[in-house]
Amino acid sequence: MIYFDNSATTQADPTVVDTYSKVSNNIWGNPSSLHNFGEQAFSLLNQSRKQIADIFEIKPHEVFFTSGGTEGDNWIIKGTAIEKRAFGKHLITTQIEHPAVINTMQQLESLGFEVTYLPVDKRGRVSANDVAAAIRPDTILVSVMVVNNEVGAIQPIAEIAEVLADYPKIHFHVDAVQAVGKGLQELVFNSRVDFATFSGHKFHAPRGVGFIYMKEGRRIAPLMSGGGQEKNLRSGTENLPAIAAMAKALRLVHEDEQAKIAQEQVVRQTIIEHISNQPNITVFSETTSDFAPHILTFAIEGVRGETIVHAFEEQGIYISTTSACSSKKEQVSGTLVAMKVPEHIATSAVRVSLDATNTIAEAQQFNQVFDKLYVGFEKIFVKN
Amino acid sequence: MKEVALNNDVVYLDNAATTPMVPSVINEMLDKMQNVYGNASSTHAAGREAHMILENARQTIAKSINALPEEIVFTSGGTESDNTAIMGTAIARQHLGKHIITTAIEHKAILQPLAWLEKQGFEVTYLPVDENGVISLTDFKAALRDDTILVTIMMGNNEVGSHMPIQAIGEILKDHQAWFHTDAVQAFGLLDIDVKVANIDMLSTSAHKINGPKQLGFLYRKTGLVFPSYLKGGDQEDKRRAGTENIPAIAGFAQAVAELTATEKAKRQAKYYDFKKLVLDRLKQAGVEVAVNGSLTADGLQHVLNIWIKGVSTYVMQTNLDLAGIAISGGSACTAGSLEPSHVLTAMYGSTSPRISESIRLSFGRYTTSDDLNYFVDQVIKIVKRLHQ
Repeated sequence: MIYFDNSATTQADPTVVDTYSKVSNNIWGNPSSLHNFGEQAFSLLNQSRKQIADIFEIKPHEVFFTSGGTEGDNWIIKGTAIEKRAFGKHLITTQIEHPAVINTMQQLESLGFEVTYLPVDKRGRVSANDVAAAIRPDTILVSVMVVNNEVGAIQPIAEIAEVLADYPKIHFHVDAVQAVGKGLQELVFNSRVDFATFSGHKFHAPRGVGFIYMKEGRRIAPLMSGGGQEKNLRSGTENLPAIAAMAKALRLVHEDEQAKIAQEQVVRQTIIEHISNQPNITVFSETTSDFAPHILTFAIEGVRGETIVHAFEEQGIYISTTSACSSKKEQVSGTLVAMKVPEHIATSAVRVSLDATNTIAEAQQFNQVFDKLYVGFEKIFVKN
Repeated sequence: MKEVALNNDVVYLDNAATTPMVPSVINEMLDKMQNVYGNASSTHAAGREAHMILENARQTIAKSINALPEEIVFTSGGTESDNTAIMGTAIARQHLGKHIITTAIEHKAILQPLAWLEKQGFEVTYLPVDENGVISLTDFKAALRDDTILVTIMMGNNEVGSHMPIQAIGEILKDHQAWFHTDAVQAFGLLDIDVKVANIDMLSTSAHKINGPKQLGFLYRKTGLVFPSYLKGGDQEDKRRAGTENIPAIAGFAQAVAELTATEKAKRQAKYYDFKKLVLDRLKQAGVEVAVNGSLTADGLQHVLNIWIKGVSTYVMQTNLDLAGIAISGGSACTAGSLEPSHVLTAMYGSTSPRISESIRLSFGRYTTSDDLNYFVDQVIKIVKRLHQ
């Protein structure tokens, strides 16, 4: 089996699973409890927070644990909307965000907020000039993803940060879910970035855990209120085993980061070079430095994405249509539509998403399967 | 097979705060973490396998409260379930009225969102409770108005174990527009719940209170109830709760639920009731002045025992017990962290009662033994004696 769907979810690292198991067995107290057993849990909680902060060179009190990327995005956007609604009701984002951002924005629209969805160019990148032009006196938030999950385009975060330097009151949020371990730390933690969202299971941590970065001095309303955990900003008993496991996974993914990136690049290159020879192929992910190393999205014109995914699956290779979250419905990729890819090509798109554990041998096996399938697909081209 | 306590260093009497996962649950989770890593929304085989596990778990869990599988929405836990039920109802039904009924002794995951809604112009009635920690149905009927859109009343209280008259409330609400939500976080593992019989519209639970994983729970939503998803994003959970499903934790939760058969729950209730009597009888025999906060009734949540030890402050007792290797709580874990006076005891006895500052909560779990309780009693007797010297 070859797993090329790492943007959907990754396999938890065995040593990370081990941490989860050890903490579950030994330090299962409630960190809010005052007894010694709870204090052990509290201490490990803070140790994990500090480990994460140290990796990113941020402060421990700027890290808030959540149930994952979706909650992080929802919290930052809705929390900003509620906190700052007296100052304005306008938010800016892009047309290619993850549904956790887009659908949250749409919900806010139904509650009386106004949202500008910025377009992207043919390469899937938003322009900082467009951000500048969209800003209004009542703008309270700019939310832009760092790495697009459907084609891998890296967004011009530094340029947008420059634009926003003149508007210190606007919250700047970046969805960094696909950006971990891809050499983009400087971009994510640009000094103008106020908030960033992270999801554990995209970097070999368990599911159901993530965190947000909230810059010191910034404030948003809580989304989960109750017992007052996480400095009264995110209530709910902390998932200590998963948090400790996530801190470990984050450390592991940053070990030899450059070598891992190089590995993903070479595997991706092996596939791109091979498939690009065929006439009906359109490759959306570029190998330039403004694309993430682990995502390769391409279309086989005339064949539906689902058909391609299932054909590869029969050969033991797991890839996906452009994103897991929307792959159940027969829907065209939001990013490709925004890139103005014609619909008949956009519906033929599939995504290969890699991890440093993937090998060139796997890429070669993928290529062989691709050749075999392509011959079969040619019958479909003729029919069309 | 004898069950082995997971941490032998501590006599853990704080199971209402959190419980250890049992080995069968941990094993189930580790198996799924290592072997099933597809995203349940992915259409390939790895994704479909994950999806199947998800749906099987949903069935097991739905059956445990006599709900339909599609009425179970997985969440990140009790707090999210409560917040979702309250905020979702408020947003979806504000055109029908802005009045909500709850009780004075709910968990903060209920009280906090309600306090926020009050600031937005909603009106909230907080029903008082008697000395047993139970509301009166007369009060409830009197509070009910035409513009009431939500009634949220906990099934069992986390600090004193009182059991609210859920079925009677459900019966009264049958002919009323208000949706009926109950926070069953503490009751789920001990009481037999039938949402159809009790006419419950929404019900919150949390996995880590029943030896399952942390940051997982579900919200039961009766078919036909329409309100917006609290977490927006992907189409997971039939568009009612976005976020990649936590398959290993959900499988672990289902395992924990499957082990809680009706017989097992009844067995535990009986065992814990005996524990309560053991503690009280022995303390009284030793001449310790002790009184139960709430009451010892057969239908209460027997895993919680809140006692007033006259003349000994909560803080002193808790610290001394902690030094003796016994984990108990001064109230709930969440409020305990801040040493605030318990809003539950205050509602039951008034803010000037000495009970407010001289009570502790024990809560029993799967691994609690009579040896643990005898050790606890020995230590309390010792501490009280020392203090009275």
